[in-house]
Amino acid sequence: MTPAHRSNGVGTVPADTPTHERSTPQTKLPRRSVADSEGLLAKLFLLPTVAYIIGLVAFPFILAIVFSFSDVTTGNPSLDFVGLRQWQTILGSRIFWTAFRNTITFTVISMMLIVVIAHILATVLVKDFKGKWLVRFCVLLPWTTPVSLAAVSWLWLLNSIFSPIDWVLRWFGLIEANMYYLGRPVLAMGSIIAVHVWRIVPVATVIIMAGHMAIPGEINDAAEIDGAGFWRKLREITIPLTLPISAVAVLFGAILTFADMTVVFILTRGGPTQATQVLSSWAFFKGIEGGDLAQGAAVALFLFPLLLAAAIAILRAVRRSEVI
Amino acid sequence: MARTESTAEKFTGGRIDVTDEAEVERMRQQRRRRARGGRLALYSIAILAALFAAGPFIWSAITSFKVDPDLYTKANNPFIYNLPPTLEHWRFLLADTQFLTFAWNTLWVGFLVVSITLFVGLPAAYALARLDMKWSGPLGIAIFFVYLIPPTLLFIPMTRVVGNFGLLNNTWSLVLIYPTITIPVSIWLLTGFLKGIPKDVEEQALVDGYSRLSAFARVVIPLAFPGIVAVIVFAFTLTAHEFIYALAFLSSTPEKTISIGVPTELIRGDVFFWQSLQAAVVFVALPIALVFNLLLGRFIAGFTMGAVKG
Repeated sequence: MTPAHRSNGVGTVPADTPTHERSTPQTKLPRRSVADSEGLLAKLFLLPTVAYIIGLVAFPFILAIVFSFSDVTTGNPSLDFVGLRQWQTILGSRIFWTAFRNTITFTVISMMLIVVIAHILATVLVKDFKGKWLVRFCVLLPWTTPVSLAAVSWLWLLNSIFSPIDWVLRWFGLIEANMYYLGRPVLAMGSIIAVHVWRIVPVATVIIMAGHMAIPGEINDAAEIDGAGFWRKLREITIPLTLPISAVAVLFGAILTFADMTVVFILTRGGPTQATQVLSSWAFFKGIEGGDLAQGAAVALFLFPLLLAAAIAILRAVRRSEVI
Repeated sequence: MARTESTAEKFTGGRIDVTDEAEVERMRQQRRRRARGGRLALYSIAILAALFAAGPFIWSAITSFKVDPDLYTKANNPFIYNLPPTLEHWRFLLADTQFLTFAWNTLWVGFLVVSITLFVGLPAAYALARLDMKWSGPLGIAIFFVYLIPPTLLFIPMTRVVGNFGLLNNTWSLVLIYPTITIPVSIWLLTGFLKGIPKDVEEQALVDGYSRLSAFARVVIPLAFPGIVAVIVFAFTLTAHEFIYALAFLSSTPEKTISIGVPTELIRGDVFFWQSLQAAVVFVALPIALVFNLLLGRFIAGFTMGAVKG
């Protein structure tokens, strides 16, 4: 089926056309006959995607904005304009600010931990060693498992009575009673951060590994011959050269953490007493479970400016990583 | 680049005059010591990381075979079987719950979503990678941005949209909506793979009288096949992972997918079917991770190619 097999068959190529112009990336050959249809083809090829995005992403997005200025609920689905009332209600509620603060706190703390751990892991996983496939398999598990199921696993790991972590701590004589990880505000927040770190480290590691592999081997070899040790290489080669890709990993991870409600929904449902609520889970409890679509939509919209900033930052970082 | 060259120069600076035997021997030993220390550090980090990552799943796997009196005795060592293990909770999961219905729903939704994704995404990726249009750069970036808009932002108006299609509480709603998640990321990956195919091959096909369309269908797609397999797995995984839309749209048990079925149906109020829950986790986690591992190299290639040329 390769073109070479058919080369004798069709004689549509005009004899006077130059065979190949290496200097220009696009072949000049079929211009005459295909030029128009190539533009048409591009439009046709992109049409379904654009239609899908406009119909099922852009439209719902605008609808979300419309919702947030209306009084729509699941019980009363008509859209009546109420101005800024919903936004005022939200900004005046204490839970909203807790959720806002938690969203930022969870994201920032997890990202700081993730970037350090992912770098260490990436350094290890680009090397060859025995049993590497097993280590890689284990490390990727948290990422490949559906978040909700992974959270179910953690829910049992952090169980108030039968947590094996508690059992180990008791065995060492460090605690007497149980820790109630998900029952105390600070521990519950710590648990949620731990789960986010655990599930996003693999993604970040994979992205940063790509960055590590992109460093030309000669640079490390040269440094090694010159007597540079691990830390010196890390400080003067690895970190500066993987900075842009690390930024990409962090921002991707930030978006994943930031927009996630699954972990909070399954582990704590925002409790104890709303202490671990985040914007996305709060939007769900308000909008879907509470039926207040307008306020739910408004809460979710608060994510948008922050996401947009992260997306622009990713693009910048990607552009810079081309320099390597 | 300039920066690292200067670093290399700095390193060579003091060492060029090192010639005497003792000094060379000392350096050699230092090198060996470092290598051994490095090896030790390497293995300890690798083992620690593997244990931390797989820990919850190991705990899940152990739990899924435990009998109730063993599991619910606080003093028992949780990591061993104090009483003989049982398959009862696996049987319960597979026979007495709707788990297999959830699994089936996940599979067919995934299959249809992946098909739609490829059907829509492949031509779009080709157009972005090859048919140089003035607006293809900005459009590619716009599609990338769409990938970064999470379901969390849209699920509330989306329930209205799904309702208007008459698909509320119907698994088909996911077939309609999930491509909004998978198409952008697949285009991103596919564009990377398509750019990796040498243009010459296609030009040759055009010289041989293929039209653009048939060159795309008969030459480019077969060559991009490894990349396409990676995208299939990636897109399928995304649909299997999705939680919020499914939770917002679906409420009756037989319509649910694994991702929401397991946590909502195997936890009834205060009653947790712990062993069966953990069995479900293990049952789903292992196969996906296995396939993913096989294709990891291709994902990295696709992402970096898409990124660098984007």
